[in-house]
Amino acid sequence: MNLTDYEKEMLDNRHGADKKRAMELLVQYGNALGAERLVETKNVHMLIGFIPYPSVLDTLDADEMVSKFFLDSNEKILVDHIDIFNTTHIWATDLERGRSIGAPDKLCQAMEMIRDYAQRKGISLSATCAPYQIGNLPQRGEHCAWTESSAVPFCNAVLGARTNTETAHSAFAIALTGRVPLSGFHLKENRKATYLIELEVQVESVFEWNLVGYFAGEQVQLAVPAYRLGNNVPPDLSMLKALNAAGASSGGIQMYHILGVTPEATNMASVTDEEKNIITLRYSAQERRRTLNNLTSATEDKVDVVTLGCPHYSLDQLKQAARMLNGRKVNKNVLLWIWTSHPIRAQADRDGLTEIIEASGAKLLTDSCPLVTAGAFPADAKTVATDSAKQAHYTPAIVNCGTWFGTMEECIAAAISGIFRAKDML
Amino acid sequence: MNTKVIKGRGVVSGIAEGEALVTRQTISPWGGIDAMRGVITERRHELNNICFTGKILVFPSAKGSSGFSTVAQVIRLAGTAPAGMVIREMNSLTGMGCVIMRVPTITDLEEDPVEFIRTGDWLRIDGDLGRMEIIDRPKSV
Repeated sequence: MNLTDYEKEMLDNRHGADKKRAMELLVQYGNALGAERLVETKNVHMLIGFIPYPSVLDTLDADEMVSKFFLDSNEKILVDHIDIFNTTHIWATDLERGRSIGAPDKLCQAMEMIRDYAQRKGISLSATCAPYQIGNLPQRGEHCAWTESSAVPFCNAVLGARTNTETAHSAFAIALTGRVPLSGFHLKENRKATYLIELEVQVESVFEWNLVGYFAGEQVQLAVPAYRLGNNVPPDLSMLKALNAAGASSGGIQMYHILGVTPEATNMASVTDEEKNIITLRYSAQERRRTLNNLTSATEDKVDVVTLGCPHYSLDQLKQAARMLNGRKVNKNVLLWIWTSHPIRAQADRDGLTEIIEASGAKLLTDSCPLVTAGAFPADAKTVATDSAKQAHYTPAIVNCGTWFGTMEECIAAAISGIFRAKDML
Repeated sequence: MNTKVIKGRGVVSGIAEGEALVTRQTISPWGGIDAMRGVITERRHELNNICFTGKILVFPSAKGSSGFSTVAQVIRLAGTAPAGMVIREMNSLTGMGCVIMRVPTITDLEEDPVEFIRTGDWLRIDGDLGRMEIIDRPKSV
């Protein structure tokens, strides 16, 4: 890889051992990707609050944890300070309510260690899978380095900024050095579509956009699809979040186009590459039904846990949930978790939404997600209901529960009655 | 059979020899692998419940969450790593993941590895020279 003088200086240990180690990792990483050079970035969505403690690194010394884990170093390296703008992806539990939801004490201690470390080192405690909802909004063409597979397509496809799906290690090294390998979706030529997906059914809800994303991910895997809306209106923020999260669960969609809607998709010619053939796929009632079937793993109607807020609910979604829960009580045999980010919950507090939601017996949680704070997930739960295809995809593998995928309304009704009833039966 | 040599590009240095474990499906690290046991756990994956420890894992690429490097490091520290990896297509997940896992890895082969390598083949991969050999293929039953 070709390095600039400043990058060579970092590698030569002239700007600290932390930057040296970060550059070593970036050079190995860039070479793995076949990148010719690095490019400057000023926007990193880091993954800091998820550490293998105590499973393989049993230490509460933050410097040691960071050195061994994030810098993957055999020797102890101290990090000076992370200067560039960053937000952070979800942490391993709610940073304020971890203990009250039953997260193991050891996990909470580890989160307190990292929290204190992050504050000292210039790492944000934003703790969300949806950084774009709390003010991380890069501009078109801007080179970023974001973790979180559902946030990446928002950055690429919706905003027209440029990122690959970064990992805990790459994002840490990039945040230290301000450099990211110029490869993948940083390059214009890789952002063109190789699939065209024709939407032949009505797609006008979060539920339906989840299914479209899940179908597309299964079909195109790592490729870039372009969607033609047909008779449908463009998706809103909640629907885009569903599309993004679902497509990065069944597959690895990091970039896509919606013809006539997303910034790089003015028309068909702007999303295609003359050199590449485009494969056309139809999304009709048959594909829709098969996708819903693939996504459903529950066998019992009785639900134990209902999880909403993947990706983290927006203020709009919290408002809808509050309206549905207003004056009602969650069934005593059901746990209803609703997840959002800390700033959005603060606004929900002020708007009176938190009071309504929690009066029902639901818990409004922040900073994490049900599958990540797995230590707090009820051990005896058998069946889960969720309005997120991503949660429905991962729940069976992570907590071994059968899962219903439904609308927000169906999930809240299930939380109240204890029974999941789909309007759209298989 | 005669040893078959295929050229590619080395990504993580070192030589590894072992039995191939091949999948044509992409692998999801977070929520798709139990790192402490070295087992694939994705519900509808063709390798569901199969352990890759000590094998040469041959797969198209990684999909899904940004947890690959985290999972890779837990795998390394827990001692459940494959002996080596042959990855058809590098992306940001596999790229950082294989560097952190520190096992010999090759990519960009002249032929599609998930098509021509079969589970059970005995392989030798060279992460420095960027090449691999199929040393032996068990007779099909």
